[in-house]
Amino acid sequence: MSADIGCPTNELPSPLPASKATADHPPAIVDIRNLSLVYQAADKPVYALSDIDLKIDSGDFVSLIGPSGCGKTTLLRVIADLEKPTSGDITVNGMLPEAARQKRAYGYVFQAAALFPWRTVERNVTLPLEIMGVPAEERHRLAVEHLALVGLSGFERKFPWQLSGGMQQRVSIARALAFEPRLLLMDEPFGALDEITRDHLNLQLTRLWATTGKTCVFVTHSISEAVFLSTRIVVMSPRPGRILDVIDCDLPRERTLDIRETPEFQHIAARVRHGLKEGHSYDD
Amino acid sequence: MTTSLSQRVLPVAVMAVAVIAVWYGGAVWLNAPQAMEAMARAGKNWSTADLVMQTFAMKRPVLPTPDQVVVEIYHSLTDYPIGHIRNLLYHTGVTSASALVGFVMGVVLGVVLAIGIVHVRTLEASLLPWIIASQTIPILAIAPMIVVILGNLGFTGLLPKAVISMYLCFFPITVGMVKGLRSVDGMAQDLMRTYNASARQVFWMLRLPSAVPYLFTSLKVAIAISLVGAIVGELPTGGQAGLGSRLLSGSYYGQTVQIWSALVMSAVLSVVLIAVVGLAEKLVGRHTGAHP
Repeated sequence: MSADIGCPTNELPSPLPASKATADHPPAIVDIRNLSLVYQAADKPVYALSDIDLKIDSGDFVSLIGPSGCGKTTLLRVIADLEKPTSGDITVNGMLPEAARQKRAYGYVFQAAALFPWRTVERNVTLPLEIMGVPAEERHRLAVEHLALVGLSGFERKFPWQLSGGMQQRVSIARALAFEPRLLLMDEPFGALDEITRDHLNLQLTRLWATTGKTCVFVTHSISEAVFLSTRIVVMSPRPGRILDVIDCDLPRERTLDIRETPEFQHIAARVRHGLKEGHSYDD
Repeated sequence: MTTSLSQRVLPVAVMAVAVIAVWYGGAVWLNAPQAMEAMARAGKNWSTADLVMQTFAMKRPVLPTPDQVVVEIYHSLTDYPIGHIRNLLYHTGVTSASALVGFVMGVVLGVVLAIGIVHVRTLEASLLPWIIASQTIPILAIAPMIVVILGNLGFTGLLPKAVISMYLCFFPITVGMVKGLRSVDGMAQDLMRTYNASARQVFWMLRLPSAVPYLFTSLKVAIAISLVGAIVGELPTGGQAGLGSRLLSGSYYGQTVQIWSALVMSAVLSVVLIAVVGLAEKLVGRHTGAHP
């Protein structure tokens, strides 16, 4: 029964126009239309996000890429209901983001692991389950299962400081998966790690995605990471924060690190780089 | 293991020897005028060695020597049963009882105030100035008032002293806990928000555990000053029992050795109490993954 936890599979979506699905087209997991987010700074308004249109379908792996200040993290936080848009429509699982958050529709992985240092690895993974009132035996089972999924079996009783940075981030991924949400939101989860660890975790993540069939939204500023992981790459640009291009990344779903040497991979990477250049991302 | 042990013991030992040497030196210096007078009255010729010996053996010295204090404490502890009015442990027990009750009351009050201040913005504006003002009033001025008022209400004995302890020791608890409860990092708060955690869950699962290290730092300060509060509280009660009353009666009768015995005893007591808090911190730390 664990699949039901936080997964609003039987929920009736709130009657919003964006959530209407036709018979041959399943509803998008995330549907963003005409969305803007404006901060009122001291002298002039700042457009963190401007006119964003984006549809993310079930099973997609979507990367948001762009230079700092392009609003990629802000967009992810809007999907997670950690920020409120100033205009436009957005639905997550056919609901408003707030309703989706209250139904625990997504797992969120932050830039840092954000583990609670006073909890063991297992109790960090069971934190969301405790909040949701899952019984203890079920919590334990889910923690063991998801720690195995990120390759950390046997570390249940360790404390976070006894783990390396990469292992801590894997615990935080297990924590996001523990209550089995369909949607995984990741905000530069490997940004603070060295390249070797990052390659290793990217490989693990793509396998995880292929086996679990989750929908993933992944913020990054690494082109090769985005191309390696994604089915679609959203290229963004700052001032105002906007989408420049959405690039389909039709590499096979089963990927190994060697794929990065293939001409197809290089071709997509070049397109992403070109898109970023168009957005003046390389200007001083 | 041996190096770490000698590294820990040696500085403490050197410091202890230095303190004792300074103490003996001070005893010679401060007691010398009295000693010379006494020997002149006896009409004897005396050498420097005689003078030093005399300063170490006065009946009512300005500054008693460490050995006099130790002998006084030893006699008091062994010559009388523990419940006896002349046994220092009896007085130590009386004082620590009110200090501990005051400490517990102070911790509860301090934590409750901190939770209120952190969660209700108007409480911070309305309470904090009063809390700070309360600590600027000299405790010696307000302690007799507390004793008189509570006495009028029919409370005597332990409670007035405990209230004075509480009055002193809630403050570091409040300050430390406010800082601790606010030390939660933004990412962890966002994380709890993504789980749709209730305010109660955020408090118990995130805010309170984050505040624990701050709490223990505050507890060490608080337990030491709760002892000060209890001793000060014993002064205006007329001094029937407790280390404070020993200090008071000692000063009435010029019994400096008795005063210093009570002082040393209260110092030992506060060291023991702080060590107990430190031990509790270690035990809690072991269960919450603190670095060894």
